Amino acid sequence: MEVVDIHASCDHEFIAQVEAESEQKVRLCYQCGNCTAGCPYTFVYDISVSQVMRLLQAGQKERLLSCKSIWLCATCESCTTRCPNEIDVARIMDVLRHMARREGYATEKNVKTFWDTFLGSVEKHGRVFEMGLLATYVAKTGRFWTDMDLGPKILPKGKLSFKPHEIQGKDKVAEIFKRFREMQQ
Amino acid sequence: MTKYAYYPGCSGQGTSQEYDSSTRAVCRALGVNLVDIPDWSCCGSTPAHTVDHLLSSALAARNLALAEDLDAAAVITPCPSCLTNLKVAVHRMGDREFRLQVNKLLDKPVDRTTPVKSVLQVLAEDVGPAAVAEMLPNKPLAGLKLAPYYGCIMNRPPEVMQFDDHENPTAMDKLMAALGAEVLPFPLKVECCGASFGIPRKDIVAKLSGKLLEAAADLGAHAVVTACPLCQMNLDLRQGQASAAMGRKFQLPVFYYTQLIGLALGVPQSELGLSKLCVNPRLALDAMHAAQAEKREREAKNEAGKQQAPQAKAA
Repeated sequence: MEVVDIHASCDHEFIAQVEAESEQKVRLCYQCGNCTAGCPYTFVYDISVSQVMRLLQAGQKERLLSCKSIWLCATCESCTTRCPNEIDVARIMDVLRHMARREGYATEKNVKTFWDTFLGSVEKHGRVFEMGLLATYVAKTGRFWTDMDLGPKILPKGKLSFKPHEIQGKDKVAEIFKRFREMQQ
Repeated sequence: MTKYAYYPGCSGQGTSQEYDSSTRAVCRALGVNLVDIPDWSCCGSTPAHTVDHLLSSALAARNLALAEDLDAAAVITPCPSCLTNLKVAVHRMGDREFRLQVNKLLDKPVDRTTPVKSVLQVLAEDVGPAAVAEMLPNKPLAGLKLAPYYGCIMNRPPEVMQFDDHENPTAMDKLMAALGAEVLPFPLKVECCGASFGIPRKDIVAKLSGKLLEAAADLGAHAVVTACPLCQMNLDLRQGQASAAMGRKFQLPVFYYTQLIGLALGVPQSELGLSKLCVNPRLALDAMHAAQAEKREREAKNEAGKQQAPQAKAA
């Protein structure tokens, strides 16, 4: 079993920051394990959700921001819905992702690239351009063979457009991103 | 007639075209008046809220602001991911400070917040299964065994979504039952299918969607019926990958619930888009027709038996 010396390594500022950004009281978690029991992603996590909560109480910033779990949580809301103390656990997972991004962590690089490419498509066209998203993602990651089996299944259905659905207000959407970035500085 | 501001969502123009077109057709047939939000933009979906909550709410709120001009009873969307983003934005903008921050990112600020609902909620509550059953007394979907799959976020978390039951939703079950379908007690109704990890981590989707397909197949379902574009794509387009992950060959058609309501209502094929599904829907529809034929035959035999019985007595 892993032993963490809380007194030596607890980052109190980190706990306060997560609590402020998520509007949740981290100390309320009493480790019942309901979140982990219901989480469909435990099989791919390096740290289970209830352990994330415990490490958070112990202020283990580095350990949490560098874990894979925060990138593999799909926000299915099972943990939040079933928490007996009404902690919005999924929102805490989101906030940990936000912090990991800001501090330059990306333990599941392809997941981050996919999300970034998706938002890049929205910023450019106002709506997601699915075919463009896929092409850019493949170009960025070099994963040319991924999902090759699906091409013959989906292309004949004529659902994927080869052109983006541009909207009139695409500049307005791009402005949202621009103002957001300015606000962050 | 009550007017609803319709938010189709990006996938409705691409990978879930058939969901969008069947939704529009079914709403028209059931007297639900949809007006598209003019020049709507993407809600940000999952990627936006994993980056920042303010950015996510602003992308959703741009659409809420545009919807205000329509003076509709509610903003409604077929997609649970869009629904979540729109609803969370409304929920968080209840906080004045947060609303001010969101409005700083927008050209047109959000003034008042129109209620946000899923199309499923409107069909289940405002139209209702009883009215649907009344329109179709001959139960056109009799004999079709369905595993109803809602996906993870249509009803969760309950404080935000405010619709149906978060562990055992039944809105879609009741609509399907009203059309005569046999709705199976599907235990994984709200389990996650792997969501948007299909592209970056298809191993996860194959496993989680595989479990769902396995449970549905073991129940003896002819098909899965869903209300989410992403769930539909994971279960249908990726069914081969899910089969490989589970070491078992699945052949389960995955319908949108609006396609089945549309089918029952006699909506034209071009609007239902059944040909856009990857796993051939014929597999389920043939099973349904066979069950209906068998039932008719059984009833005819019973009827003949009843008529013969008195003659036998007389003889």
